[in-house]
Amino acid sequence: MVGPFGYTIWLLGALLEATVVVCSLFRGPLRRYFTLNLYMAMSVLVNAGRYIIFTRHGLMSSEYIYFYYYSDAILTICLYFALMGLYAIVFEELGVTMRLRVFMMLLLIGTTLFSFSVVHQSESRMLTHYIVEISQNLYFVGLVLTYVLWAALLKLRESRVRVIQIVLSLGMYFSINAASYALRNAYPNLRFVWAYLPLAAGVFLPIAWIYAFMKFDDEARLAPARLAAVPR
Amino acid sequence: MMAAVIFVISVAALMQFFVSYCRSLIAASARRALSVDVQDVIGTRSASGEDFARVMQFLHLCPDRREDRNGVKAIGAYFRLLGAVGTTMGRLIPSLRAWTESERSQCAYFAAVALDRRIAHNRDMFAEQMSG
Repeated sequence: MVGPFGYTIWLLGALLEATVVVCSLFRGPLRRYFTLNLYMAMSVLVNAGRYIIFTRHGLMSSEYIYFYYYSDAILTICLYFALMGLYAIVFEELGVTMRLRVFMMLLLIGTTLFSFSVVHQSESRMLTHYIVEISQNLYFVGLVLTYVLWAALLKLRESRVRVIQIVLSLGMYFSINAASYALRNAYPNLRFVWAYLPLAAGVFLPIAWIYAFMKFDDEARLAPARLAAVPR
Repeated sequence: MMAAVIFVISVAALMQFFVSYCRSLIAASARRALSVDVQDVIGTRSASGEDFARVMQFLHLCPDRREDRNGVKAIGAYFRLLGAVGTTMGRLIPSLRAWTESERSQCAYFAAVALDRRIAHNRDMFAEQMSG
């Protein structure tokens, strides 16, 4: 059981996700950051679906568990699209957006096929062990892709504050989720740690995006040299 | 084994993303000059790591602004992380200690800029109430 604290965080996360879409709508960047908003809107819908199934069948029911993990996989795919949108924004001046989209789609298809083959071979144990491994792999691939994007931002000396903060917060989100799934895979008994990490990440990401959308406009810039952990 | 490797890499990446995120928050406020009021509070035109706790106390005394609440919390966590790294690993690597000190002073400057914004915001609110 997650407890009242967990439920509060869950509700807070859903409200914040809806706020991201509303802020984006009013501040103007809805079209430019369409894939990010699509992910947040999907996340709100998924949370509503989870709540309906949770109230009808309970937290430990197989219906809820199936819905939770399948919807999580769909949300991760939406997050890949969000990442693809960020790649398109960063590389729009280099004219390689189409190649990047093809590469990322192939990577996504490859990860999905790999995950499907793992699930197909172990259908009976899917929810006990392998689904955790699949989520862990999906989040880890997302983390690697975000890290590559971050390295590209530094290399290209990208200075748009909004883009930088969105990419870094997304990197933190992927890192927390990949780490929590890996921890869950390795130490299933440490539930008190891995059960709360994705909830905390789910609250952090919309807060960081609301901050980026509300505080800075698209032209706000900073010196890229200030961002590298090791001064250049 | 695979899970352990992913865990270690993810935690390392998380630390790097967190440090860079906090630096981006600090960098966004670094261009802003401090007002005379805040300079009087911290004593000088720039802030050092030692001033952070004092500036934060003043910051908590001011009614907060929703816009910078999360940024202040993130920088507070970053400041504590830098303190822990500086006192543990800084003894072994002196250059790391110097780097953490420089980062801590930038955290204090960020807090001073947030304090400046809160004071200005409260003055505006007060003026609005008086005129209304």
